[in-house]
Amino acid sequence: MGSITLQNVSKTFGEVSVIPSIDLEINDGEFAVFVGPSGCGKSTLLRLIAGLEDTSGGRILIDGKDATDLAPSQRGLAMVFQSYALYPHMSVRSNIGFPLKMAKMNKAEIDRKVEEAAKILNLTDYLDRKPRNLSGGQRQRVAIGRAIVRSPECFLFDEPLSNLDAALRVNMRLEISELHQKLNATSIYVTHDQVEAMTMADKIVVLNKGRIEQVGSPLDLYRSPRNLFVAGFIGSPKMNLISGPKALEQGAHTMGVRPEHMTLSTTEGAWKGKVTVAEHLGSDTFLHIATEEFGTITARCSGEMPVRHGDIVYATPDENRIHRFDERGLAL
Amino acid sequence: MARAITTRKKIAFTALAWTLAMVIFFPILYTIITSLKTETEAIQGFNLIPSFTLENYVTVQTQRDYFKPFMNSVVISVGSTILALIVAIPAAWAMAFSPTKRTKDILMWMLSTKMMPAVAVLVPIYLMFRDFGLLDTRVGLTIMLMLINLPIVVWMLYTYFREIPGEILEAARMDGASLVSEIVYVLTPMAVPGIASTMLLNVILAWNEAFWTIRLTTTNAAPLTAFIASFSSPQGLFWAKLSAASTLAIAPIVILGWFSQKQLVRGLTFGAVK
Repeated sequence: MGSITLQNVSKTFGEVSVIPSIDLEINDGEFAVFVGPSGCGKSTLLRLIAGLEDTSGGRILIDGKDATDLAPSQRGLAMVFQSYALYPHMSVRSNIGFPLKMAKMNKAEIDRKVEEAAKILNLTDYLDRKPRNLSGGQRQRVAIGRAIVRSPECFLFDEPLSNLDAALRVNMRLEISELHQKLNATSIYVTHDQVEAMTMADKIVVLNKGRIEQVGSPLDLYRSPRNLFVAGFIGSPKMNLISGPKALEQGAHTMGVRPEHMTLSTTEGAWKGKVTVAEHLGSDTFLHIATEEFGTITARCSGEMPVRHGDIVYATPDENRIHRFDERGLAL
Repeated sequence: MARAITTRKKIAFTALAWTLAMVIFFPILYTIITSLKTETEAIQGFNLIPSFTLENYVTVQTQRDYFKPFMNSVVISVGSTILALIVAIPAAWAMAFSPTKRTKDILMWMLSTKMMPAVAVLVPIYLMFRDFGLLDTRVGLTIMLMLINLPIVVWMLYTYFREIPGEILEAARMDGASLVSEIVYVLTPMAVPGIASTMLLNVILAWNEAFWTIRLTTTNAAPLTAFIASFSSPQGLFWAKLSAASTLAIAPIVILGWFSQKQLVRGLTFGAVK
């Protein structure tokens, strides 16, 4: 009911090609996340799907039907914006009810649906307030309420959490995931935060310079990144990428080891180094270790391990979890 | 200690603000006081206590008709404002929501016309008005004031419209609004405060305009500015009557300004803060 297909979609702004050509299939009910560094074209791609930008080439199919030339209002999609984009002169009730009013639904029906959406989002007590009297999290909920109220085919989220503080972001992340389970509608979510991508997505689309680097489930991308870009982008802290003689020993141009895939010891191991910074998070400690052979690496160890700045430690990579890449940066 | 300093500072600033306000307001106050004096008192020199006579107001009313120039002022200022808005709203919309590389230049060029001294074009404008039969007509003055204030109106509306985030309009489109619904339900309600303060300011500017209104009129279309000016002529100066006429001329706009202070201040500082 809500599948989205991109065929050869491209976009240029004047001389600049933002998206050279993209093919992508998002299945009905899927939670797809577009992730990538800023300027990679992820928001543009979302706006193309929404119809807020015109494509320069290719076709967009919504539910199997060509929607390339349809106006945003005719695509049956709902969007949640980064800035919330609430109507400042309307109450929460009118904000949530606006799409229904545009659909010429009768007043009683609108009221019923608005109350229902408000209940799901814990907004019942705020229905008569104006957006300016709400907190950031509440505003975001109103924006989501406005999106869910008319049960669209697909939800589009454009970095919806980046204006919220860290604690609230974690909460809203959970709420959006729960909502997705409940409504089971197709969702496309744009973010530059790989943690959001990993925790929420069924399918992650990693974008870089307007091209798709890899598409897959979060664990697919984590376990077998297709190239150096994905390897460096997915995972926190970042994968250690080492080139030179050490990598050649492994038969690769570059080798990658995730910080959590190393065993640390204060007495013996493969790679010797000096701790330059120890970041204690409580449960874990991130060690930045300056090695003699190949620069600084990051390792993750238990929070119990008694290491401090200046200590000598030994890191041993887990042989089975070493990633190998060729000269072009592709996984071997 | 810190609190004491703050309080003392506050008192000092309040006193300073009041003093400045009184200095600025004093000419208007003195005009009102003078209008309540007899002519003899008025020429005797500085005196803050009048004999509270209303004789001047009666004379001004009976000798010259106050109502006619008053109506002229109303028609010209309101008319030119409406006309200016009709031209400026679409212009400002276009510049704010689909700007091009030249938008800034066009705005600067429009503003630059305000930098030219009005006297420089007095003769050509006068001749054009004469040839088109617009001298001493309300229509002529309305058009003239509209043209004079148009750059300011466009600029003010432009800054207002710029403050309306494009994402809100996009949200309306996503919510299924047609172009008409988008304008009716989202754009207009958001722009109303901006349009209202622009309107107020422009009415005041047009009401006070004294260069063209005096030069392009004689009797029929003469507004209050010309009415006041007429008191300082042939038979000599009549300070008390002149003051009464001035008070009558500025009263409507002072009252309007007083009631719309909030809107005006917001209008003038919009976009400056934040």
